[in-house]
Amino acid sequence: MAAILDARHLNKAFGAVTAANDVSAAIARDSVVGLIGTNGAGKTTFINMITGYLKPDRGTIEFEGRDITRLPPRDITRLGIARSFQIPQLYSSLSVLENVLVALGVVLRNAGRGGYFSRGRPLVPGFEAPAEEAAQRLLERFGLAEYRARNAQVLPGGVRKLLDIALAMVAKPKVLLLDEPTSGVSAQEKFGIMEMVLKAVRGEGATVLFVEHDMEIVSRFAERVLAFYDGRIIADAAPQAALADPEVKRFVVGRRA
Amino acid sequence: MSRRKPLAIVIVLLAVLAIGLVLPQWALFILTISFATGLVALGLMLLLRAGLVSFGQALYYCLGAYTAGALGRFFGVSDVVLELLAGAALAALVALALGFLLARYRGIFFGLLSLALSMILYGLLVKNEALGSTDGFNVLASTLFGHRPGAASLRYAVMACGAVTAAVAALAVHRYLETPLGRLAPAIKDNEIRVEYMGASARYAVHVKYAIAAALAGAGGALAATTVGHIDPEMAYWTTSGEFIFIAILAGTRNVLAPFAAALLYGAIRTTAYDLSPNTWQMSLGIALLALIVFLPEGLFSRLKWRRS
Repeated sequence: MAAILDARHLNKAFGAVTAANDVSAAIARDSVVGLIGTNGAGKTTFINMITGYLKPDRGTIEFEGRDITRLPPRDITRLGIARSFQIPQLYSSLSVLENVLVALGVVLRNAGRGGYFSRGRPLVPGFEAPAEEAAQRLLERFGLAEYRARNAQVLPGGVRKLLDIALAMVAKPKVLLLDEPTSGVSAQEKFGIMEMVLKAVRGEGATVLFVEHDMEIVSRFAERVLAFYDGRIIADAAPQAALADPEVKRFVVGRRA
Repeated sequence: MSRRKPLAIVIVLLAVLAIGLVLPQWALFILTISFATGLVALGLMLLLRAGLVSFGQALYYCLGAYTAGALGRFFGVSDVVLELLAGAALAALVALALGFLLARYRGIFFGLLSLALSMILYGLLVKNEALGSTDGFNVLASTLFGHRPGAASLRYAVMACGAVTAAVAALAVHRYLETPLGRLAPAIKDNEIRVEYMGASARYAVHVKYAIAAALAGAGGALAATTVGHIDPEMAYWTTSGEFIFIAILAGTRNVLAPFAAALLYGAIRTTAYDLSPNTWQMSLGIALLALIVFLPEGLFSRLKWRRS
């Protein structure tokens, strides 16, 4: 299947630390890819380079055949790559509903429907509904409807994660990058959250890359695994094969082969 | 709330126009100056909502005032409406140009840079003899659509122009706050990373807000110039900016009518303080303002909100 995202020979160093060392990966459309590795292995650097937060020292990134290596985050987002963050990035002084409305406003503007000064109730693309209705639908899909009036600052950890992902999904991205979607979430909630997120996201036909430390989550939800160690990809295979790889066992999972 | 607000603005406008008919000249003067400073504070409110404090809004206030004055001095134009429009337009143009620099900065850097720019204008005006140097110059008596109102009705006519301008500005800002760009302000204040990762440009949004704030300040400056009848470089001085910030903080960021109420309150306190103790009026003013900040930390209308919630 054609690659939607194609990273080639990415290199990135922070002083003496090499965070990406000749990293190459082609991501197939409609796939779910898990990124694993110890802290500092280069997973988040990889995501940060794809979304434009960091520029690679060398190498190129193509999205649907277009070079996005040097684009700023907002242009990459507009092309159709969205992300969530390890620490949720919310508008803490606003309510859950207002958080989504702000995001929907940007979507309207980027779609050219009335622009930044739109009057009346233009339909949000992808929802084909006015902003308030679209927001309600999105909140329901992510199980957030009961929190809509709550201030984002006082939400429980798992709900913050969900809202962060919901904000990333507002623009109906073609590729969604999730940075540790279940970190800071209780063991009981983890599977539920992943199931809900993947159902919501896959329903939109988005390709998903997620960073995860929990191998149970990875083997259950990922179709393909990229294992990072010391800035390199040391394994790229289906979950069972990747997790059985001796190097992965030694450097990532932490068990002797 | 959003549908009732425009109606409230129109009702307040009509009430002010009616009450103005029976007010003495000095009260009309204070009321008109309140509309002028309220316009500046309304612009500051837009910036405050995005977490930005401009310590140099007097730059645009003064630009608007000198535009109005120069229209009369060099072109013989004394029409209030033309002066207001020209003041707002020139201020917006200058802000659009300077915005390319300022929109890149946040926090204290934005504040001090805006302060520096206003002091540059102050320095230029002080050295410019064609514009009266430190003395400034007198502004032509106002006319309205080609008519020169009699001495008795002049103050009322200018006040009415100010009131209508303030109402139009309040309606426009109220409308703007509900657009996607207006909604971005608190988002920029909270989390600029998320704004960029939603596909929006925080810098563009700040640039537009800065220009709108400048246009409002320019209109306010022009109104003040034609009301007082005299302009001087003090209008660009940093203490003038300080007064505007004070009024804006007093007003809070929730209500588009609050800046005008805050400006009126500030003017009233200042006038009373001067009347009671001509030699120590700053002290009386300071104490009154301190009390307001302690008891109304979120602005004039904060008590009202608490009761409602």
